[in-house]
Amino acid sequence: MMEDRIGVYVCHCGHNIAGTVDVEHVAEWAASLPGVAIARDYKFMCSSLGQELVEKDIQELGLTGVVVAACSPHMHEPTFRRACERAGLNRYLLEMANIREHASWVHQHDVESATEKAKSLISGAVRRVMELEPLEPFMVDINDATMVVGGGVAGINAALELANAGHPVYLVERDPSIGGHMAQFDKTFPTLDCSACILTPRMFDAGNHPNITLLSYSEVEQVDGYVGNFTVRVRQKARHVDTELCTGCGDCWEKCPAKVVDQEYEAGLGYRTAIYRPFPQAVPKYPVIDEESCIYYQKGTCKACEKFCPTGAIDFDQQDTEIVLNVGNIVLATGYDLFDPRRVPQYGYGRLANVFTSLEFERMLNAAGPTDGKVVLRDGITEPKSVAVVHCVGSRDENYNPYCSAVCCMAALKFGHLVKERTGADVTSFYIDIRTTAKNYEEFYHRLLKEEMEFIRGRVAEVTDAARMPGEEGKLIVQVEDTLIGKQRRIPVDMVILMAAMEPRNDATDVAHTFGIGCSEAGFFTEKHPKLDPVATMTDGVFIAGVCQGPKDIPDSVSQGAAAAARVLTLIGQGTIAIEPVRANIDEEHCSGCRICNNLCPYTAIEYLPDLEVSRVNPALCKGCGTCVAACPSQVITGQHFTFDSIMAQIEGVLYDTYNGNGYVSVEHEVPLATG
Amino acid sequence: MAKRDYSLDNPAWGDRRPVIVGFLCNWCSYRAADLAGTSRMGYPATLRDIRIMCTGRLDPTFVIKALSEGADGVIVMGCHPGQCHYDVGNFKAMRRMALLRRTLAQLGVHPDRVQLAWASAAQGTLFTETILNMTNAIARLGPLEWRDTVADIAPSTPPLPDEAHEPEVIHG
Repeated sequence: MMEDRIGVYVCHCGHNIAGTVDVEHVAEWAASLPGVAIARDYKFMCSSLGQELVEKDIQELGLTGVVVAACSPHMHEPTFRRACERAGLNRYLLEMANIREHASWVHQHDVESATEKAKSLISGAVRRVMELEPLEPFMVDINDATMVVGGGVAGINAALELANAGHPVYLVERDPSIGGHMAQFDKTFPTLDCSACILTPRMFDAGNHPNITLLSYSEVEQVDGYVGNFTVRVRQKARHVDTELCTGCGDCWEKCPAKVVDQEYEAGLGYRTAIYRPFPQAVPKYPVIDEESCIYYQKGTCKACEKFCPTGAIDFDQQDTEIVLNVGNIVLATGYDLFDPRRVPQYGYGRLANVFTSLEFERMLNAAGPTDGKVVLRDGITEPKSVAVVHCVGSRDENYNPYCSAVCCMAALKFGHLVKERTGADVTSFYIDIRTTAKNYEEFYHRLLKEEMEFIRGRVAEVTDAARMPGEEGKLIVQVEDTLIGKQRRIPVDMVILMAAMEPRNDATDVAHTFGIGCSEAGFFTEKHPKLDPVATMTDGVFIAGVCQGPKDIPDSVSQGAAAAARVLTLIGQGTIAIEPVRANIDEEHCSGCRICNNLCPYTAIEYLPDLEVSRVNPALCKGCGTCVAACPSQVITGQHFTFDSIMAQIEGVLYDTYNGNGYVSVEHEVPLATG
Repeated sequence: MAKRDYSLDNPAWGDRRPVIVGFLCNWCSYRAADLAGTSRMGYPATLRDIRIMCTGRLDPTFVIKALSEGADGVIVMGCHPGQCHYDVGNFKAMRRMALLRRTLAQLGVHPDRVQLAWASAAQGTLFTETILNMTNAIARLGPLEWRDTVADIAPSTPPLPDEAHEPEVIHG
């Protein structure tokens, strides 16, 4: 066997590591480890000069392995793998010792402990790298079709960018129509553009683009495969309307006798029929029958829609269909749920009639909405003379969500403007901080100050109808501590609008699991890197855009949609992608054919070959989790890059200095040592 | 974090500190540890972590190896049940760990020395709390000193032949 010649590179990371870990001592110590040919410390290993150090040593000293003691492998492993490769060393003969995130940054102000820990991690890495074997990544082709999940403004834009670039897109939407929350809004801030006017052309384009297959009223059930080659099972729910025949004329819903409250599109303020199209500009234009409220499905008789349909498109027997699609990449743009203000009982939503949510108020402002755009109280006729806008309902509140929902301040200002424009009522905003950070937002805030919207700084304690003072009778009283003057105040108003938080979809964790990605503590999908990779996820080929990643406004959602599309286009443009060869491999010579591994594999990647009486791993299906490796009673399954020997060696390595440890005995030997 | 005197927890520590080997899954717990670092959350310098792709990869031998090499405790951390990156690997770890803890208990190793815990990639705080709790538990138990205790009472087994994988070939 070839003699081990390992290079150890201890990074200062400026002050990040060197401020806490005695890097020079660590490098000197590492040089004395058996098998280490050179140890260096350097200010920034990831700089081009740092990488050149590694490359030069590989070539001049014939290194057989490289240990870079620096940041997390999730940060710079690819960087140093490339450096190794450039110098002719197999990229998998590199090991990162994470002495920044796992040592210097968590043991600050304790140089001794941080240094000791850095030594143990490096020792483990050195032992491990000696056991690593050169591997070659698998090259796989990228299917140029993409699935976009979620047809809100982020998803629509992602789909259009990809389709315009000439690639097939499947746009999957859970609701009967695409459009998302933006389709419910009346005006957008700060320009006061009509929301529908700017969105519907995009919706139309997405619905009619030759490269976009729109799968509305559909949900993703299962995702298999990996970047470049996903197989996605989609369930298309039964519309009970034959879209081949339907012209969207509207006779059916005009004749439908079942009227129900529209909880989705009209946010509970309006009505719809059992067969319905969510809104006039819906894409696709076809209606759906809601079985829950349809008289025929509930009582077995009616079929009015069928009788009046001029093309015979109604199909009561239609069943859900399953569609299996092959795509190379996936963009998730699944949006958000509105916080239910019933969870803050002191604000009285659901109990006090004239307390509205922000979404209800959006519908009320909309000319096509339930009040034809008139701002009125719950009775439907009385115009309010005074309106309170309560900020941060469910946001910035440790009882509900600690985060800021990012858009409510601007939406509240927009409401202030529109209320004044339409009714002339007094509007008072109850805020904690006004956050108007994007382009032209602060200007809009100043405009509202000039328009004499009133601002009271303080979190609202209670909204009540119990009058205590003269002038409060028949009003809603907003009780608040005005923190600018340090006094309790009671403000009587006719109407209260609660700026409800944006929350992760209630099934976000399930969706994340289906697509193999993670969620933040709040429940939004986790990006690969919060600064440098905000639309990618930990799973290659799965990207995120819009509010599913975190609260944001329309321009940011649109940008992320386009950014996700750009990332997908990069992969499509490459045509192939290298996949980590972290895979299980069965030594068929020694396999006893016991089949224990067969059932353990979550991907059914292991098949039993009855002729040979052995099991075999299908590398295309295997994802390298290693469950079978740990379970094999004969220890003949190799977990590539995480082999039994490499982990055992790493255990010995990290325990080099313990009471029982026999990882290393102190070895005195001459090695070149360079500190820089 | 200021240096802690573990002999206050258990005098047997002297001036030593507990050594805990952590097996962290690549997708959740290792990233939780990264997040703890990025957010500068401190935790005791007792953990020496090893990255594995999934807790399902955890061969119980690794735990025994770590204890016999001088670790006072082993913590295995993965994704929360139901959120495993590989679907069900953490459930496999759960089964193996339960059996392993029982086996180790028979050898006189306190079950608290070998623990299984979860932290998602976003739970840096939970990660640090878990390491702190594990450290406290081990601190109270004192050093394991496998060589003098467990290794002595365990029945000695003959050393394995060098080529353990090579089956004996019997002709005839």
